[in-house]
This record gives sequence, structure tokens and C-alpha cells, in this order.
Amino acid sequence: MENWRRNPLVFWVIGLPPTAWLLLFFLVPLTLVWVLSFAELRGVVDMEVTGTLSNYWRALDPLYLQIFGKSFVFAGLTTLVSLVFGFPVALAIVFAPRRWRAVLLLLVILPFWTNLLIRTYALIAVLRTRGFVNFALEWFWDQANAVLSFVGLGSLQLLGGRFEPLELLYNNTAVVIGLVYVHLPFMVLPLYASLEKLDRSLIEAALDLGASQLRAFATVVVPLALPGIISGAILVFIPALGSFLTPDLLGGTDSQMIANVIERQFKSANDWPFGSALSFLLMYLTFGALALRALYARRTAGQGRG
Amino acid sequence: MATPAGPLDYTRRLWVRLMLLVVFVFLYAPIATLIAFSFNDSRRNIVWNGFTLKYYEKAMANDGLIEAFANSLTIALVSTAVSIVLGALVAVLLWRFRFPGRTGYEGAMALPIVIPEICMGVSMLAFFSRIGWPSDLIWPFNLSAIIIAHVSFSFPFVAVVVRARLEGFNRELAEAAQDLGATEWQVFRDVMIPFLRPGLVAGGMLAFTLSLDDFVITFFTSGPNTVTFPVKVYSMVRFSVTPEVNAASTVLIVVTVVMTAAALWMQHRAGVKAEEAAG
Repeated sequence: MENWRRNPLVFWVIGLPPTAWLLLFFLVPLTLVWVLSFAELRGVVDMEVTGTLSNYWRALDPLYLQIFGKSFVFAGLTTLVSLVFGFPVALAIVFAPRRWRAVLLLLVILPFWTNLLIRTYALIAVLRTRGFVNFALEWFWDQANAVLSFVGLGSLQLLGGRFEPLELLYNNTAVVIGLVYVHLPFMVLPLYASLEKLDRSLIEAALDLGASQLRAFATVVVPLALPGIISGAILVFIPALGSFLTPDLLGGTDSQMIANVIERQFKSANDWPFGSALSFLLMYLTFGALALRALYARRTAGQGRG
Repeated sequence: MATPAGPLDYTRRLWVRLMLLVVFVFLYAPIATLIAFSFNDSRRNIVWNGFTLKYYEKAMANDGLIEAFANSLTIALVSTAVSIVLGALVAVLLWRFRFPGRTGYEGAMALPIVIPEICMGVSMLAFFSRIGWPSDLIWPFNLSAIIIAHVSFSFPFVAVVVRARLEGFNRELAEAAQDLGATEWQVFRDVMIPFLRPGLVAGGMLAFTLSLDDFVITFFTSGPNTVTFPVKVYSMVRFSVTPEVNAASTVLIVVTVVMTAAALWMQHRAGVKAEEAAG
């Protein structure tokens, strides 16, 4: 690398356009929102920047605290479910025959290239009360009933008189299903990356020394895959925490997340200062999660050296 | 004859296979149903009533939808072109120069990647309305606010991809060219750009997909006359689930898959060519 002073002209020609763009069309808008978060409403649309903290205090209102809490629970559940399903998938891909590995990985990545809105929309059609999941369940229900009648238990109505479709849409479950659906690949990829580097002879050694598969998994595979688990968890948790579209389209009235409240402040409630404060709170939470990961990375790097 | 599964053949264990099956069904069944039922001759979308293309005809005849599609493609093309240039410049800058505040600069460049989309969306809304960005220009200039927002979130991604490619660049090549009398510009055009091409293609592909895919940030920057495809689909979905939306979505899925395949193939070709040239 050369010092910029050696070639200041080239340095500025290369550096100026992207820096100016970032400054003007990203940092200035962001700062504007930050400033607005200290403003007060005057009339319907007028705002005056007074340096007030009232917008932040308002976010501590139980109503909004509850929404923050709910967003945390949704994002946390999404992370957990993605991990539970993503780990076996990553493991299966790593230990699959070589020619299958690329295909399986591609299958995990491919949904990435499909529009998020379209994927969420596709989920609606599947989860509706008159959707395919309920259709399939009803079919199984009918079959089970037929079997029961066949063996002479039909009159007992063990499964209830009629098939009741499950309410899978417009509730909290739907939001978590939708978030997992969208974020699962983010979990599988880092898990795959760290499991791929894992030295297989370590597992073999554990098994040879008499550990059960479960014990080898818990004491060898999981600790060695921990960096991948942490990366995956962060990559799922952060975007899930700030999601707007999934709770908006799949959630019910009580499954609002922070982003939905922010959107309402800007688009319909017209309380930009409060929306700005909420935006920055969400951003601080995001940075907090990232800082935790950086801290973890530094600690493990320190251990490696020591 | 199949050999018995070894202790590490996890992929051959039944429960792992079942898990794989469950996950892939979960990932693909909704999309597959969406595509299948765009050809279904039934409004209620549930039972298969026979093959039809009428929803594609309907979608084609829907001017709003076609206009939104054209807007989306225009925005994606322009913002990709700008993002490639800006992203490549950032990558070269960080690869080549040492300067005060470099770490902070890198951090600032990563910000658009890490901050929640909703925060970026509202800041763009606040910015454009506060500075009074004109919203009544003629097409395609009325798309400028959306294009600017899209460039802001895509070029840092391009920078990351191009920088990864630059890691493998042999600085001596550039020095040799300079020793032989090439100017800065000639080195850039004749040595760096050809080497960077696969990175530029990959970065551009990423930027294009990000732009075409974006809903949240566009939702906050688009007006009644500047509707993009995702924003249009969103309003249609809010209204009701119709086979017409299925048809339009299928077209978009096919467009992205074909584009991705083409870009991957081009990248592969570039790699093969580079190997041939080296060998």
C-alpha cells in the first residue's frame, strides 16, 4: 500500500466520487433523521428541533416496550428455529458426496435470488385457511378417519366431528414461520463454512475413544462450529429484528414489530420525530448485537494466540 | 452394492435425510405452488382446473403492472451501472492507499450494509422531502430519487465483492506496466480492469438483484407516479391474492433465475479463459 501523499491527485480522483456519494446520499439523510429524533411536532407537519428527549422517553412507554420485547422474541425464536433446522442441513451438506455438495449448496442459496416480497406472498397462499397446508392436513384427517371407520372406531369420532382448519395466517406463528423461511439460508451458509473446515479425524478420535455420537456431537462438533453458529445467529437475528414486510403481510394486529411502528409514524401517523427516535433505537440495538459479535471474535482470537 | 454407512456418513442417516427433505420442501413448496397455480384455470387458486395462460395475458394487459416492471428494470440497470463504478473506486482506493482515518472510512462504507432497511428507508424519505427533491419530472428522471437510494445501498456491496477479487491481484503487474511507461489511466484500463472483470460482473449481478428485489427502501422513496414492481405487487397483495399476481411473480422469478444463471456462466467462462491464458 502506498501513502496517499505520494500520489494525491490519483487518490482524490479515485476517492472523491464514492466518498461524496456516501456523504451526501447516505450520511446526511441519516444525520437528518438523528436530528429529527430530537425535534417536537408543531402543528400537523411542522417540526422544530428543540433538543428534547421526549421522543426517546415515549419509546419507554409500556406499549412500545412491549413491541420491542415482541420483536426480540420473534427474532430470537427465528434464530433458534433456523439453528435447529439449519445445523443438520449444513452437516448433511458437508458430509455429502463431493458432487452433491455444490448442488445442495446451490439449492440453499437459490431462494436468495427470488424476490422477498414474492416469497412472502407465496407463503400466504400456502398458509391460508383455504391454503395447501390445511388442504394436506384435511386429506390426512380424512384418511385417518377412513382407517378408523374401517377398524370400527368411526362412531367414536376420535378426531372430532369435522375437520377444523388451522389458523396459520395473520398471527404470531405466521410471522415466525415467515421469518425463518426468509432467513434460513443466512444460517446454513456460515454453519457450512465452519463445519467444512472441521477436522474429521477429531470426531473419529472421539468415537474411537468410546464417545457416543451424541457426546461427540456435543463436545467436539458444536464447540468447533461455534464461530459459525455465532455468525449465523447474528446474520439471522439482525435482519429479523428489523423486518417490516413479514410481520406486515403475515402478522395479525398484535404481531407488529418495531419496523411496523416506525413505518406508521412516517406514513400515516405523521409523527416523524417519534419515528426517527424509534429508528435510531433500532439502529443502536443492531450495533449492540454487532459489537457483541466483535467482542466474541476478539476474545477467541486472543485465546488462539495465548 | 451400497457400502454400509460409516460413522461419519451423516448424510446417509435417515433422520438427517428427513431433515433435508423437510427443509427443502419448506423452502421450495411455496414457490413451486405459486408458479404452478399461475397456470391454473381457477380464480380460487386451490384446486387444479386445467392449464391456462389467461393470467399471463391479464398481467400483460395490466398497464400499471407493465409500467411498474419497466420502472423496476430501468432503476436496476441505472443503479447497477453507477454502483459498479462507485464500488470499484472504493475497492481500489482501500486496496491501494494508506490514509488517515482509513478504519473509520471502512466502517462508514459498511454502514449501508448493516443498518436495518427500515432505518435507511425513512432517512431517504426524510432527506428527499426535506430538500424538496422534485417529484414531478418526466420519465425516467422522476425515478431519480429511487435510483439514488438504490445506489446508496448497493455500491458498498459491490465494493466488498471487488475488494475480494483485488486480494488476488499481483501488484507487480501494475508496477511493471508503469515501469514500461504506462500512465496511471493506462494501467487502470489495461491491467486492473481486465483482471477485475469477474469481480465487476459478480458485483454488478449482486447490485442488480438487490435493486430488483428491494421493497422496503423503495416503498419510502416512491411516489404515486413512480411505482416499482415490488411496490405494485405489494399493493395488489394487500388487496387480495390473485392468479394475476402469481403470473407476474413467475415472470420476475424466471427473469432473475435466467440472469443469475447467465452471470454465473459468464463468470465461469471468464475463469476458464483466465486459466487458459495463464496456462
